[in-house]
Amino acid sequence: MKKLINRPQDVVQDALAGVALAHGDRLKVHTAPDYIVRADAPLRGKVAIVSGGGSGHEPLHGGFVGRGMLDAACPGQIFTSPTPDQVLAATRAVDGGAGVLLIVKNYTGDVMNFEMAADLARDEGIVVESVVIDDDVALQDGRHTAGRRGVGATVLAEKICGAAAERRRPLAEVAELCRKVNAGARSMGVALTSCTVPMVGKPTLELGPDEIEFGVGIHGEPGRERRPAASAHDIVAALATAIVDDLPFGRGDRVLAFVNGLGGTPLLELYVVYNELHTLLASRGIVIARNLVGSYMTALDMAGCSITLLRLDDELAALWDAPVVTTGLRWGA
Amino acid sequence: MTAADQGTGPGDGSGARREAITRGDVVAWMRAFAAAVARDRDHLTELDAAIGDADHGINMERGMQAVLGRLDALDALGELAGGGVGELLKTVGMTLVSSVGGAAGPLYGTLLLQMGSAAGQASELTLSDWASALAAGVSGAQARGKAELADKTMIDALVPAAEALQAGAASGLSLAEALRQSAAAAQRGMEATVPLVARKGRASYLGERSAGHQDPGATSSWLLLHAAATALPAGLAP
Ligand SMILES: Nc1ncnc2c1ncn2[C@@H]1O[C@H](COP(=O)(O)OP(=O)(O)OP(=O)(O)O)[C@@H](O)[C@H]1O
Ligand SMILES: [Mg+2]
Repeated sequence: MKKLINRPQDVVQDALAGVALAHGDRLKVHTAPDYIVRADAPLRGKVAIVSGGGSGHEPLHGGFVGRGMLDAACPGQIFTSPTPDQVLAATRAVDGGAGVLLIVKNYTGDVMNFEMAADLARDEGIVVESVVIDDDVALQDGRHTAGRRGVGATVLAEKICGAAAERRRPLAEVAELCRKVNAGARSMGVALTSCTVPMVGKPTLELGPDEIEFGVGIHGEPGRERRPAASAHDIVAALATAIVDDLPFGRGDRVLAFVNGLGGTPLLELYVVYNELHTLLASRGIVIARNLVGSYMTALDMAGCSITLLRLDDELAALWDAPVVTTGLRWGA
Repeated sequence: MTAADQGTGPGDGSGARREAITRGDVVAWMRAFAAAVARDRDHLTELDAAIGDADHGINMERGMQAVLGRLDALDALGELAGGGVGELLKTVGMTLVSSVGGAAGPLYGTLLLQMGSAAGQASELTLSDWASALAAGVSGAQARGKAELADKTMIDALVPAAEALQAGAASGLSLAEALRQSAAAAQRGMEATVPLVARKGRASYLGERSAGHQDPGATSSWLLLHAAATALPAGLAP
């Protein structure tokens, strides 16, 4: 294993120390329990938004803390959900009296830890709403699984809800908006190589040199099926078709298209993917009205990408365009 | 009793067999579990790499190291021996909740917290009190994760272990023998997860492909109950 790290067990702490030093003007990094919070929190009368999850997905979530997006993020250990005391401490730190929205990705660990934290916060009299994101079409929803994973739609929900909260919309509306984003978004990913978890020291997924894994999540867990490596054209066709058919998206839909790198893929290739996606959607009469191309929700050093489509209306487009000032996303301000 | 000759603990100075569980026994249990988790860390992580995300051994080791640290801190303050069994179980549960993360943190945390609530203020628990406490803890974990038997989770090891312990208590087995049967039931439950298709947790994402692998959480649960069988009957003197 070659990585720019010291002791594997210290990676998260060492990185948080780096974040604190690099962005101390705008962020406060608390340790034990770990959370990253806007330096100007709490904001009186503004709904606060807290998210979090395992580390290894950067810039998600810490990189999205700032004006127009998250008020706080709770980084867990690598690929491991944060603990309830982290989420509780972050919730207390950002509550400005208008309530707190917890944005939770649908993984068993995240759901249970955030649920325990929400219970504890409510016991303290903080008004809390939780919304669970589950946009991954690689998995069938149903009683016989833990349900669909939360992937790319999380970034979009954090941005859009953050903008709504900045406009002082009340908690119930911000939570409803979050559910609307989740309901209108679908994603799927493909891995070209595995990631390597520092504490494990070897690749999680055994992929041959000419194999790719379709329908992967963001933790190196096996996906839906293994296939021979293929051209960007064919890979995008497979991903986009699964996504479009699932919602389904149809002729005349305006969408936000999010091409996300999984950590080990150059931006150059992500634009190749975007080009293919644009062509394919155009042929189906789907209009890309907004886009985001880059590595925003990663799986450590995994090569590959995910595609997320979100059906837009004027409200969502306007909130997407609203100013945002974070280390991960920044425009309009 | 057939097991009487094996039941005398090293800390039991009188040489007579103790049939009650004290705080000292809980400490010995947690130390034995921590040692087992440290020893089998890589195995647990490999099982999780096959059907999950390769962190279960790491999560459990981090949690049990935190528990050991907490026990040592209590010891340094002279607070390890005094007080109720329930309170100590709750301390362990809180420590797990705040250090493990993942699915295992809330589940093992809830197990120990609910065991602690059921154990109450008593400074010693009989086998049947202990069996009821374990059953309460297991129901707590089941309620938290909403898993049913045969969903291929830790519940598949925990439920039969709790049932075997209650059956052992009801039929008048010695503490040592009842704990052994409980651990054996956990082991069978763990082994029975191999052919199952997972319906909860990360492994459920694999569907049919999860069959043929032993569940990592059921494996750590067997370690927990195996540690109880080795440590509790031979626990520290109160
Ligand atoms: N709903 C559930 N109920 C009971 N046990 C569960 C449930 N979901 C998962 N488990 C158990 O948890 C074990 C996995 O624990 P682990 O520490 O690896 O957490 P994780 O699922 O990786 O969490 P995270 O997704 O946050 O990383 C599984 O092997 C299974 O026994
Ligand atoms: Mg795991």
